[in-house]
Amino acid sequence: MKNQIFLSLLLGTAISLSALGAASAQDKTVKIGALSDQSGLYADLGGPGSTLAAQMAVEDSGLTAKGWKIDIISGDHQNKPDIGTAIARQWFDVEKVDVIVDVPNSGVALAVNNVVKEKNGVFINSGAATSDLTNAQCSPNTVHWTYDTYTLAHGTGQALVKAGGDTWFFLTADYAFGAALERDTTAVILANGGKVLGGVKHPLNTADFSSFLLQAQASKAKVIGLANAGGDTTNTIKQAAEFGIVKGGQKLAALLLFITDVKAIGLETAQGLNFTETFYWDMNDKTREFSKKFAARMKNGAPPSMVQAGVYAGLMHYFKALEALGGNPHDGVKVVDKMKSIPTDDPLFGKGEVQPNGRAIHPAYLFEVKKPSESKAPWDFYKLVGTVSADQAFTPLSESKCALLKK
Amino acid sequence: MQALYAQLLVGLINGSFYALLSLGLAVIFGMLNIINFAHGALYMMGAFCAYFLLSAGIGYWWALLLAPIAVGVFGMILERTMLQWLSGLDHLYGLLLTFGLALIIQGVFQNYFGSSGLPYAIPDELRGGMNLGFMFLPIYRGWVVIFSLIVCLATWYLIERTRLGAYLRAATENPTLVRAFGINVPRMITLTYGLGVGLAALAGVLSAPINQVRPLMGENIIIVVFAVVVIGGMGSIMGSIITGFALGVIEGLTKYFYPEASNTVVFVLMVLVLLVKPAGLTGRAA
Repeated sequence: MKNQIFLSLLLGTAISLSALGAASAQDKTVKIGALSDQSGLYADLGGPGSTLAAQMAVEDSGLTAKGWKIDIISGDHQNKPDIGTAIARQWFDVEKVDVIVDVPNSGVALAVNNVVKEKNGVFINSGAATSDLTNAQCSPNTVHWTYDTYTLAHGTGQALVKAGGDTWFFLTADYAFGAALERDTTAVILANGGKVLGGVKHPLNTADFSSFLLQAQASKAKVIGLANAGGDTTNTIKQAAEFGIVKGGQKLAALLLFITDVKAIGLETAQGLNFTETFYWDMNDKTREFSKKFAARMKNGAPPSMVQAGVYAGLMHYFKALEALGGNPHDGVKVVDKMKSIPTDDPLFGKGEVQPNGRAIHPAYLFEVKKPSESKAPWDFYKLVGTVSADQAFTPLSESKCALLKK
Repeated sequence: MQALYAQLLVGLINGSFYALLSLGLAVIFGMLNIINFAHGALYMMGAFCAYFLLSAGIGYWWALLLAPIAVGVFGMILERTMLQWLSGLDHLYGLLLTFGLALIIQGVFQNYFGSSGLPYAIPDELRGGMNLGFMFLPIYRGWVVIFSLIVCLATWYLIERTRLGAYLRAATENPTLVRAFGINVPRMITLTYGLGVGLAALAGVLSAPINQVRPLMGENIIIVVFAVVVIGGMGSIMGSIITGFALGVIEGLTKYFYPEASNTVVFVLMVLVLLVKPAGLTGRAA
């Protein structure tokens, strides 16, 4: 009996030793957590489509053929920071997740950002807009991929002020994202000699905007800046048309507009809107090829939004870093450092880099929504009217308050 | 001052939706004793029905008639197959069943249509707007106020002033006795549920051109509407109509004076009313 116990102990030690050896040398397992709003107002621009994008990134990376084992799980943060952080904690502690992707909703993203840093995981954010993720609240574990409020302000905001829209009134979603977008856009307006006449903060997920629109109308501002997103933006634009705001000579600035929003508004009402995105499915052959494959696997046949494209591209770059490291070290800072040292190059966003503050940079594009008569196919919605170069589209490192830059 | 008039009018428009929805809830609660949590989902189905009809080439005016009938029939099937077995049980059972139904219905729609919503244009006849001096009133919104006011008053008249309404009220007081007079009470109850559901669907059709048609459109509004019903007094028809319009106006004013609180003000009022008059403003204490 005693011998048996001794033997089994010995055996157990041997097994765990060999497992430990494998982990330190060539561990080729990765677990991805796609955390998004799966059912609320941001679900169509991220949600299940982001999980699909992650899945496609795994397939296209070719790593599974090289002996890697990559799993994806998904979660619904319901736009609540407390739920988002609880899921993130559980993923790191119990599920042993290595990387969290997507996370739209700036409030949730900032909260998850802290958890990932504490657990030394990797956070590749695509869906959130706040520029704080790579500025005041930057983290050595975070890469912010697709766009941020600085991009939006310097794209749409600057273009409108330069076109003569020098007085503004803001309709702002009352949480971290709206505040960041209003702040960044205001800075651009003031720098270009414009003026902000006022604004209202509305609760997230509002159905009726008529009261707010009447206030915007009464302000006599030339431009009404919409610092909101998703369903809030589409409702505002539809109802603004109803109240004759655009016909009355005021211009709407949809600072953040996604392709799914344009679909929901309908071209009839949305035509002529100017906005900024860093990805559109119909840019070139590579984006069209990816989008065709993506749409075929979506239930409603939708092409990828820029957020979903960002999840794909961000993960592709993450896999490149892992391959360069020769295995998964399960050390977030190490992987993110590697991601920063390799230049980015993917079919959807083109060439760029991940800056020391975690900001992935690439060009941004100014689009205009087509007239119904110009749209030749389903989802043929945008006309390219301008390009903002990568160094102009994101916060210059000299202006960033990120602590990582002060090393 | 002009801005204030405008906000009052806008509040009245939102109030029309609250009134129509809370009226349906009040009818169902008053007659069936069921707290119908599926009301928001059925409101959403009304809007989707209008959207489907439009895709099939049938416009807004027919949708105003057909969508409530279609959704009403769906409601009657629900009542026949599920809700009727809960009569006489605690309110909680009906609440849980209808809440579950709401989640299922919303989930099914979300699975097929996503969450962003679908566009539904304002009918040509009601496009444009009038300049009232203090504000630009879209004709469609004016139409919503007038039309829902007529529907609300007609429903009130039907239940409180006609013979059919008298049967209904009698049947809720004492179903056994009313049956003894040769009236088919179960069928009447089914039809009443259909009527309440039809009202929700009608509100859905009315709101389709203003808001988007989306699977979760009923999720938020239903909570506000329940607050309206509680403030007005559960089961009181006129109470829910008046409270619906009044709360729309109060909410509109909050959006003007302190927008951040606009989606909580209704609940603050509800708490105050419950503290002072637990049966609601027009309700009689049991």
